Amino acid sequence: MKEIKVAPIRNGTVIDHITAGQSLNVLKILGVNESTIDSTISVLIKVPSKKGAGWKDVVKVEDRELDPRMVDKIALIAPDATIVIIRDFIVAEKYKVKLDDIVSGLVKCSNPHCITNKGEPVEPEFRVIDRSSSKLRCMYCDRILTNISDNLI
Amino acid sequence: MDFYDRDIVSIKDFTREEIEELLDLSEKMVPYAMGERTWKPLSGKILGNLFFEPSTRTRLSFESAAHRLGADVIDVSEMSMTSISKGETLADTIRMVDAYCDAIVLRHPYEGAARLAAKFSINPVINAGDGAGSHPTQTLLDLFTMRSNKGSIDGLNIVLVGDLKYGRTVHSLSDALTVFGAKLTLVAPEQLQMPDDIVRNLKDKGCPVKQTDDLEAVISDADVLYVTRIQKERFPDPTEYDKVAGMYRIDNSMLREAQKDMIVMHPLPRIDEIAPEVDSTEHAKYFEQAFNGIPVRMALLKAILGGEEQ
Ligand SMILES: Nc1ncnc2c1ncn2[C@@H]1O[C@H](COP(=O)(O)OP(=O)(O)OP(=O)(O)O)[C@@H](O)[C@H]1O
Ligand SMILES: [Mg+2]
Ligand SMILES: [Zn+2]
Repeated sequence: MKEIKVAPIRNGTVIDHITAGQSLNVLKILGVNESTIDSTISVLIKVPSKKGAGWKDVVKVEDRELDPRMVDKIALIAPDATIVIIRDFIVAEKYKVKLDDIVSGLVKCSNPHCITNKGEPVEPEFRVIDRSSSKLRCMYCDRILTNISDNLI
Repeated sequence: MDFYDRDIVSIKDFTREEIEELLDLSEKMVPYAMGERTWKPLSGKILGNLFFEPSTRTRLSFESAAHRLGADVIDVSEMSMTSISKGETLADTIRMVDAYCDAIVLRHPYEGAARLAAKFSINPVINAGDGAGSHPTQTLLDLFTMRSNKGSIDGLNIVLVGDLKYGRTVHSLSDALTVFGAKLTLVAPEQLQMPDDIVRNLKDKGCPVKQTDDLEAVISDADVLYVTRIQKERFPDPTEYDKVAGMYRIDNSMLREAQKDMIVMHPLPRIDEIAPEVDSTEHAKYFEQAFNGIPVRMALLKAILGGEEQ
């Protein structure tokens, strides 16, 4: 298959192997909006993945490296994503995102009656009960978190 | 096993062995709960009842249990008023109440409130219900009632009937029954059946689960019939409610097919799910079940507060 043509970047970050369809949520996690864009961002949606079968999204951000909190959030919505750091056109670092056993302060509980949504001085905390599908259980109300991307903090 | 100083937030925090130990202790508490014998190992201890919503029965049964063991009880529920009107957080309220007593019994409208309280309190917190109606002492007293009537819970066929969708009491009960090796039959109209993810979870843990809307078809196999209330508010159409409520009303003719030693339980209060004529049969165990709330709560208080041994 012919390689997709996106101009190579000198410095920046490639977020590869994003679950197909999640790239817009990745942009949200990166805090991309009209007032924050100050370098080129390329977004590939639903491109064939060379790794096995299926499809993926890819986001390439120039002149920027991600902070660990962002990477943790990406792990929540795209558990197979790879973070690739490009320096001087070459891959300087590459690692897979990884969910910790406990996810704390990244996402709020989807249960409106949960005590963590009532202005108490605690961070919402979840136990990861299924990594591959990012199934999280609230450590306070015990409910399974639904719709992670809408509840990202 | 050491329960001293432990929070009682969810039944899921306890292993089967730990629950069995609490049930054994509950059994020892029965004569003291009935006032036949006296024992005051908790004299000098203070229990604080902090109720953000009224629940007279639960509050009084904790009070009674504490008094039977010689503990004093203070009702700190007034703290909840100032905390709500002044916008104080539960975390701060708990830190205050913590100073007044040796253990806090908490009832709160929001889910997870007891877990949060336990985090901010130095003394142990007992969950007396947070949010949708589940509380571990209810589950313990249900297990206690089954075990004391049947000898063991292993292999029992337990029929849960009523609102299995919204009733969190039956959710945590079925989870615990799975741990105890029971078989479950879930009887409800389709719109009130147990949520799929909970049923899947029970099956994953190895529990044989059968689901049906036909109570009469399964009643003859039941060892325990656990009845819960179906709330009218769940039905937009009142005639639909009447139809459903009628299908699951327990009376003597319904019980004709039941095994002689099948027991009927209900968390109470009942409205008309069980006809009064059932009360005088050997099947009826719901008043005994309500009484069991005392020895079970005594056992919990003794276990977490310590005090002198016998
Ligand atoms: N200079 C660059 N500019 C833009 N994208 C780059 C650059 N270098 C690498 N990439 C992209 O970064 C990702 C990882 O690069 P790598 O060369 O490791 O590819 P790979 O062998 O396909 O790795 P993987 O097994 O992780 O898919 C690919 O999507 C690649 O297109
Ligand atoms: Mg590749
Ligand atoms: Zn929650």
